[in-house]
Amino acid sequence: MRTFAYSRADSVEHAAHRTTPDAAFVAGGTTLLDLVKLDVLRPSELVDINALPLKSVEWLDDGRLKIGALVTNTDLAHHPEIKQHYPVLSQALLAGASTQLRNMATTAGNVMQRTRCPYYRDPAAACNRREPGSGCDARHGLNRLNAVLGGSEACIAVHPSDMCVAIAAIGATMTLSGPDGEREVAFEDFHRLPGDTPHIEHDLGDGELITAITLDAPLVPAGSYYLKLRDRASYEFALASTAAQLSLDGEMIGEARVALGGVGTKPWRCPEAEAALVGQPAEKATFERAADIALRDATPLEHNAFKIPLARQAIIRALREATRLARQTGEQEGQA
Amino acid sequence: MMDDSAHSRTAFSETLSVNLTLNGEPRTLQVAPNAVLLDVLREQLGLGGTKKGCDHGQCGACTVQIDGQAMNSCLRLAVMCEGQHVTTIEGLARDGELHPVQQSFLECDAYQCGYCTPGQMMSASAMLEDDRIGTDDASVKEAMSGNICRCGAYKNILEAIQQARVQLGHDATAARKEGVA
Repeated sequence: MRTFAYSRADSVEHAAHRTTPDAAFVAGGTTLLDLVKLDVLRPSELVDINALPLKSVEWLDDGRLKIGALVTNTDLAHHPEIKQHYPVLSQALLAGASTQLRNMATTAGNVMQRTRCPYYRDPAAACNRREPGSGCDARHGLNRLNAVLGGSEACIAVHPSDMCVAIAAIGATMTLSGPDGEREVAFEDFHRLPGDTPHIEHDLGDGELITAITLDAPLVPAGSYYLKLRDRASYEFALASTAAQLSLDGEMIGEARVALGGVGTKPWRCPEAEAALVGQPAEKATFERAADIALRDATPLEHNAFKIPLARQAIIRALREATRLARQTGEQEGQA
Repeated sequence: MMDDSAHSRTAFSETLSVNLTLNGEPRTLQVAPNAVLLDVLREQLGLGGTKKGCDHGQCGACTVQIDGQAMNSCLRLAVMCEGQHVTTIEGLARDGELHPVQQSFLECDAYQCGYCTPGQMMSASAMLEDDRIGTDDASVKEAMSGNICRCGAYKNILEAIQQARVQLGHDATAARKEGVA
């Protein structure tokens, strides 16, 4: 593996001020060291942020839940507040990676994980995301795993995270700390669409560090469900996944949230599909209509057209399951 | 080389000092900034029980326990283990007695070639101490999915883990009784 300088940050301020443009922060290291070994990422310096006090999960006065950047995927998935109030996030986390990787990986690191597009991971291949202007070998290559939503001429790489799909459905705010102080960015604006600049993957500036992700207040009473469809039952990235959350008003849908994984170039929230659910009967025909709207702009490539019906089914099934759970919650509350 | 603050920075060619507890013993190691824990264990310390399979966090052969949690040592810099407790397969047996997971792998014939076995055992022994993971077969399979066995000994591995769980339960009960007596 290529070598680099190494330092430990002892405060958020130090971390932000001391980094050179090609330095990288390291927490869990599960994406970074993998890609340094492949020679895809070439940082001159690693700044180890594991000692920073960013490991708490706490409710804010306004009913939102603030998650420290360094909370591990395992600890977040099993956190009692997450399991009770944001079960879709717990499910998504546990559907991702392996026990060992979840034990290492952090919340902010998961947001920052890179695509699994095989052409991105191979320095011998053309990839505009890895090397701007070099082309895209995926477009006419083996693109079974690539995106059907949000792609451009330059890039069709899928965002690989499960956690981010659940967070997109929940709604959240990122807290970033940098040389110019602290700022907040809506989660849905953090990841960029590839467009002509796929190498610019997110909204972080030089030296900026994610310090927290604050989840919107939970929907109540609601049901939520994460459904992940993949080539094998465990330890595999999604071909298509759906995070669904909804509340019921009798037989009608109150609020609804839908986000997709495995099919988009970023964690893919579907506001138009959500709008088509609100105020409608919680039944199959409604779910099918919402799924069709969510995938209206889906563009298949040579090998991945199957993802469109697969994602459609994932949306319908996840909404059906979320409805079942919402009814269950409603009945329990009715009895209480 | 130290900067003007507690924020120390090391250049490419230098080695760094890291203090950790390895298999119960406090150790101070000199490592390069880019030295991976797996390579330090195998090459620098002669602890060859931890295996290198894929070297990219996909196979689990390199699994060790860091502060009691199973992790891929191929994706961790040695220098990041400052102050941590690292346990490898060489540290799983205690006082000359096999860990119940080791004993049950032996009794259940839970391996063929044996290359993935240390990683399987490190994951299994951590999982059996983690009460957040379910105890049914499906939960065990899910929790163990980061350890690939290319011989396909999964059936016996599952059996061995569940047998070790029973043994650990007996041991815990016995320890409680001893405590009372």
